[in-house]
Amino acid sequence: MTETVIRSRKIKEKKRVYPPRRPVPDLGLDKGAEKLTPERIESTIRSVLDNETGARLKVYVDTCAHCGLCSEACHFFWSHDGDPSYSPAGKVKQTISEIVKKKGKVDADFIRGAAEIAYTECNLCRRCSMYCPFGIDIAYMMLTVRRIAHLLGVVPQYIQDTAHSHSATMNQMWVKDDEWIDSLLWQEEEAAEEIPELRIPLEKEGADILYSVIGPEPKFRAQLIYQAAVIMHEAGVDWTMPATPGWDNSDMCMYTGDNEMMGRLKKVHFETAMRLKNKRIVMGECGHAFRSIFDMGNRWLAWKMPPIPVTHAIEFYAELFRDKKIKVKKKFEKPVTLHDPCNIVRGRGLHEMARYVVNEICTDFIEMHPNREHNFCCSAGGGVINTGPPFRNKRVEGNRIKAEQLFAAKSKGAQVVIAPCHNCHGGLEDIIHHYNLKMELKFLGDIIYEVMER
Amino acid sequence: MHTLYNLVSGPLVWVAFILFIGGSLYRIITMAILAKEKDGAVYAYMDTYHAFRSIYHWIIPFGSRNMKRKPIMTSVAFVFHACLILVPIFILGHVMLWKESFDIAWWYMPDLAADIMTVLVISACVFFLVRRLTQPEVKYLTTASDFVLLGIVAAPFITGFWAAHQWPGMRTALILHMLSGEIMLAAIPFTRLSHMIFFPFTRGYMGSEFGAVKHARDW
Amino acid sequence: MNGMHGWDWEIGRREIADLSRWKAEYKAVHETCVSPDGERIAAPVRTGETEFGLCENGELWEGEFDKVWYARYTPDGRLTALVSEMGEWTLAVDGAAWEERFEFLWDPRFSKEGGHITAVGQKGRKYYAVTDGVPWEEGFDNLTNLTQSPDGSHAAAAVQIIPMTEGEIFKFQAGVYTVAVDGQPWPRNFVNVWEMSFSPDGKRVAAEVRINLYDYTIVVDGVPWDTVFKTVWKPVFSPSGDEVTAPVRANGKWTLARNGALLWKRGYTQLWHHAYSPDGSKIAAIVAPKYGRWTVAVDDTPWNLTFGDLVTDLVISPDGGRAGCVGKEKERWSVVVDGKRWYGDYDMAWGPVFSADGRRAAAKVETKKTYGILLDGKPLPEMDGFEVLWSPVFSPDGDRLLVRGIREGAYIREVISIS
Repeated sequence: MTETVIRSRKIKEKKRVYPPRRPVPDLGLDKGAEKLTPERIESTIRSVLDNETGARLKVYVDTCAHCGLCSEACHFFWSHDGDPSYSPAGKVKQTISEIVKKKGKVDADFIRGAAEIAYTECNLCRRCSMYCPFGIDIAYMMLTVRRIAHLLGVVPQYIQDTAHSHSATMNQMWVKDDEWIDSLLWQEEEAAEEIPELRIPLEKEGADILYSVIGPEPKFRAQLIYQAAVIMHEAGVDWTMPATPGWDNSDMCMYTGDNEMMGRLKKVHFETAMRLKNKRIVMGECGHAFRSIFDMGNRWLAWKMPPIPVTHAIEFYAELFRDKKIKVKKKFEKPVTLHDPCNIVRGRGLHEMARYVVNEICTDFIEMHPNREHNFCCSAGGGVINTGPPFRNKRVEGNRIKAEQLFAAKSKGAQVVIAPCHNCHGGLEDIIHHYNLKMELKFLGDIIYEVMER
Repeated sequence: MHTLYNLVSGPLVWVAFILFIGGSLYRIITMAILAKEKDGAVYAYMDTYHAFRSIYHWIIPFGSRNMKRKPIMTSVAFVFHACLILVPIFILGHVMLWKESFDIAWWYMPDLAADIMTVLVISACVFFLVRRLTQPEVKYLTTASDFVLLGIVAAPFITGFWAAHQWPGMRTALILHMLSGEIMLAAIPFTRLSHMIFFPFTRGYMGSEFGAVKHARDW
Repeated sequence: MNGMHGWDWEIGRREIADLSRWKAEYKAVHETCVSPDGERIAAPVRTGETEFGLCENGELWEGEFDKVWYARYTPDGRLTALVSEMGEWTLAVDGAAWEERFEFLWDPRFSKEGGHITAVGQKGRKYYAVTDGVPWEEGFDNLTNLTQSPDGSHAAAAVQIIPMTEGEIFKFQAGVYTVAVDGQPWPRNFVNVWEMSFSPDGKRVAAEVRINLYDYTIVVDGVPWDTVFKTVWKPVFSPSGDEVTAPVRANGKWTLARNGALLWKRGYTQLWHHAYSPDGSKIAAIVAPKYGRWTVAVDDTPWNLTFGDLVTDLVISPDGGRAGCVGKEKERWSVVVDGKRWYGDYDMAWGPVFSADGRRAAAKVETKKTYGILLDGKPLPEMDGFEVLWSPVFSPDGDRLLVRGIREGAYIREVISIS
């Protein structure tokens, strides 16, 4: 590990020839591409280009000076020793600019390849927009590719399945309506063993806060709901959780390109808060969900900003500490480092607030570099982790640079990585394991729960 | 030869400026209308302060993280763009032409400065060419049109330098200078050189999204 | 609520219950609910370490439960709550539990007049609609979007009729869902089925569906409209029951469609939650006439007043003459009736309620965690400072207002004259 780490601190050894891409077998991509006809490809692309895109895409395509300055923004580019086909503009070249240039006259293999790039080699992390002199929104262009791939039915199986779950259950994990309520009642019972008067108030009309989580919480990480309930209880917050669909703020339809479903999910989510007359939505530590309810889904529905304000967990924790609503018994002593999740740092500028919270609860905070808006993505974001096991290696190997960052922080003493985002957790977990970094991974909520007075 | 000279120094100048100014306006207006129709977000989230904040950080040298990381490229690019714009406007020969034709005049730069700046533009073009040929991530993106554009930009400076120093064949060089200059002007709105006119909009929009909506910096 | 005439409309104030005493008596008192006539108040209470009961006007229901939640009064004044014992769930109505038990039971719905209750029950991983304690004969692999007919005698829901495991994307795309009405599934399957409506007589059902991943339409009694759209929202029957209308997205704009054909001419950036006047002559909907601006359109004409944050709680008066809603601008909530903003902006506002003749309107509003009432556009004197408040109710003649709220720990029922 150490060796690979040191070797690519700078992309010194750019190669003449990079290994060719091999398509990763995937049921959704392969079967989807098999069903395509040239006519369907062309008419679908034309319809997207004519009806759904406009000046933005045109100007972006025309403005890109092919300067390559975006390359080093991308963790895939770094992690593949500067393979130009992994640079942001390189991915644009292989996908949308070809599609635009040929006005849709591309074949099924091309679509399959473009889909694989857009779904599994770009996390839509928007770092490249900060490196492009023109501020070209490459994530938007990749989303346009995904939109086309969705309409053509060429979507990786796992994330497509997740999108199906969203459409059928309004949550990410096929959680049925009773299972959701049952898991809340169960967490309330569990927590009541620790704090007898603790409640998870369900369907409380007029509560100040609607607390919303993502699908995996009731399914795999129920302790997070428990911890949140304890934090809410100790802070004396007037809160509620819905007992209906609409509780899940997550959104893989945003990432498959199924914009109509993205809109439907956000409608259900915000209308749940409206129905319960909550003044704001506080959400758990998740990044993509924040993006979905803060600036993607709401916009599709014509809400310029979220109709009910959304507070990310980091902001909420910061508020609780600032207002002294929770107090720390004894700070967390293991040295920690912080991973800045793209969607709430580049997506909301919460980096300083996150540091404030970390310093409130930990004695020893070690920065990893680059950080804040310039952080590297975990490579799980943008729905990439949701493309599942077929693309796991690609994702982890495509983010060696993150392992290097973590390793550098570890070399300075960090033992624990705080990642206040679910997808980042999933991504970093795999990276830590794959590169044998032996670091612990925690949510802010994990540590707050551990150190707070209660 | 004489008629050719008359053509490039007369009607073609008008054509070039009309294409440049008219074309730029056309491009901006059609894009603005298209954006209004199809990209509501651009108008809804454009925010003057944050747009200019971003533009500011990207027009001053080393104003962004990426520029700091690439000092050579940044220096070359900045000098290149500055000279590219300043020389044609303030070189004595051009100022005199304006004076003769329209009786308007402004400050002009000393010949030595013009020479140095012209050489800088040409050198920068060579630098960009070498970069295109040797840097894998640039080479990968490069298409034939990129070389053509580089040629279009370099040509007026090479020929201008040639003519100004009255080297052999200067008359041909002068004609080529005017012709290539006209080609470049006319090409701006209709090729990737249009980044010149769209830069404030793309950068400003990204600056607005990052700054006003997402409370983050984009430089 | 035909029974309203029999309610106590004598002007005056009565204290019904002292909730501070409940709080002293029980380990915990959960959210309260009140009967429509305001005579009773109830809340789940924790009676022991892990025992729960339901307290109504200070009296505890017979029996204790492992869990009691979702206490709600039916429109005809029966007190209901979801209760569990020994890991089994059922619904208790006025103290008597439904006999049928379930592994889980939730989401009870009450018919307009309150005569029938339908909930969703799960037993052996099969899902049932349960009306008045009686489940559908057949259970389904999943059941969502439970919907009652207006009189409550019928129920419909989106059901999964083909078993499917996670990851089977092509099976899903072939369609595993349909609508079941009173337990009978429609013959055709869909990729998705979402919200649905019964006709006023309860004989017909219209549902919004996706027939593949890209085409949305409305299905009426199992038969899809001829046209498909980019998206649709919930369909509604006209009061006569002859027509079905739904918001649809066509040509990049939202509008209203009737029986598959576009009805409204204007295109909106958004349009949803449309509703008919009782005589069917008017349709109102929440719309965004342009990106980021919200209002109500009546018969395709939007109000001039728009809001930037949202518009919600569209209400049409019982006589069909007026419409009201709640709007929010820069985080401040306001009540709107007929396109006019009522006095003040608030931390929260509830949808207005109208008198039977539509002449009068009132709404509940919140300022700094205390609640008050607006009447016909202005704050109602002395009707503020409530710790908890329910929406007011007009007397049948519209001359009196029933106010139900908690002040200083006491639940008060007050009838005031507003003539």
